[in-house]
Amino acid sequence: SLDRFPLGEKRLMDVKLGELGSWLGKRDFTPNGVLASIRNGHDRYYNKYINVKKGGIGGVAMLLVGYVALSYMWEYDHLSEYRLWEYDDLRVPTTYNIIHLKAL
Amino acid sequence: TSKSPCLPRLVQLSHLHTSPNSQAPVPALPEKGGKTRHGIIPEEIFQLLYPKTGVTGPYVLGAGLLTYILSKEIYIINHETFAAACMGTVIIYGVRKFGPDVAAFADKLNEEKVQKAQEVKDLAMTSLAQAVLDEKKEQWRAEGRQMLFDAKRNNVAMLLETNRRERVHMVTNEVKKRLDYQIALQTLHRRMEQEHMVNWVEKNVVTSITPQQEKTSIAKCITDLKVLAKVQQAKATA
Repeated sequence: SLDRFPLGEKRLMDVKLGELGSWLGKRDFTPNGVLASIRNGHDRYYNKYINVKKGGIGGVAMLLVGYVALSYMWEYDHLSEYRLWEYDDLRVPTTYNIIHLKAL
Repeated sequence: TSKSPCLPRLVQLSHLHTSPNSQAPVPALPEKGGKTRHGIIPEEIFQLLYPKTGVTGPYVLGAGLLTYILSKEIYIINHETFAAACMGTVIIYGVRKFGPDVAAFADKLNEEKVQKAQEVKDLAMTSLAQAVLDEKKEQWRAEGRQMLFDAKRNNVAMLLETNRRERVHMVTNEVKKRLDYQIALQTLHRRMEQEHMVNWVEKNVVTSITPQQEKTSIAKCITDLKVLAKVQQAKATA
């Protein structure tokens, strides 16, 4: 039913799986296009969760959870020193735990 | 990245008008925002998974994901985990306990803002309606100009008429005075002629009475008087 519309103007959820690559190629990656998509996403989130009469904590809480998750991802390399077990061999503890944790 | 806005289900236009020429009123804000389960997970996830996995699907998904990231140490349990747990507990307790009060307070603030704006709008509406009424009244008043001009015209006509009548009176009086003068002159002439003639006739008559005539008339008068006296005496004694 949506076949007669051009591919580049369909939404992500309406694109078939096989057309995903060509759809991605048709999207606007110029700086203006990127800015427009950022603005669009912001407007959608803002108008759905924040710009309402009785908004709950969901609007802000989701942003904070996203921030926490993002900062965890950025710090993962540093935090991976505190792992308990080595990835390859789960019986071997990491060097941090051998040196610092006498209980092991 | 929005190309043509008239095709359905395409990239959404923003909430408010963007063209400056639109006359339609701005639509009101939606009452409630997008629903979220437990505050952080949008309801759409649950709706997405409901046909395939029922009600507990997303929870099972969450539990499985949690187990996976813990066991593979994608999430590393360290000293910060304990801090996060404490903060989480406090935050959740605070939100559960004080959430409705804070929401009511924020709603009250919003109410006041809206009420102030509404007051301004109402004031503007009433003043503008009053201005419209005044304008209509002025227009009605302007229609009465004709009556004003008629009254002025009447005034001017009356003044002219008064002036004309004054002048007519003056003319009449002047003419009458002149005619009266002529009449008086003629009367004077006639009276003087009359008196002069009477005097002249008297003088002539008096001079024409000769002394002889005068003596005989006086004697006759005396004899007449004596007779009258005798008659009177006779009457008195009789």
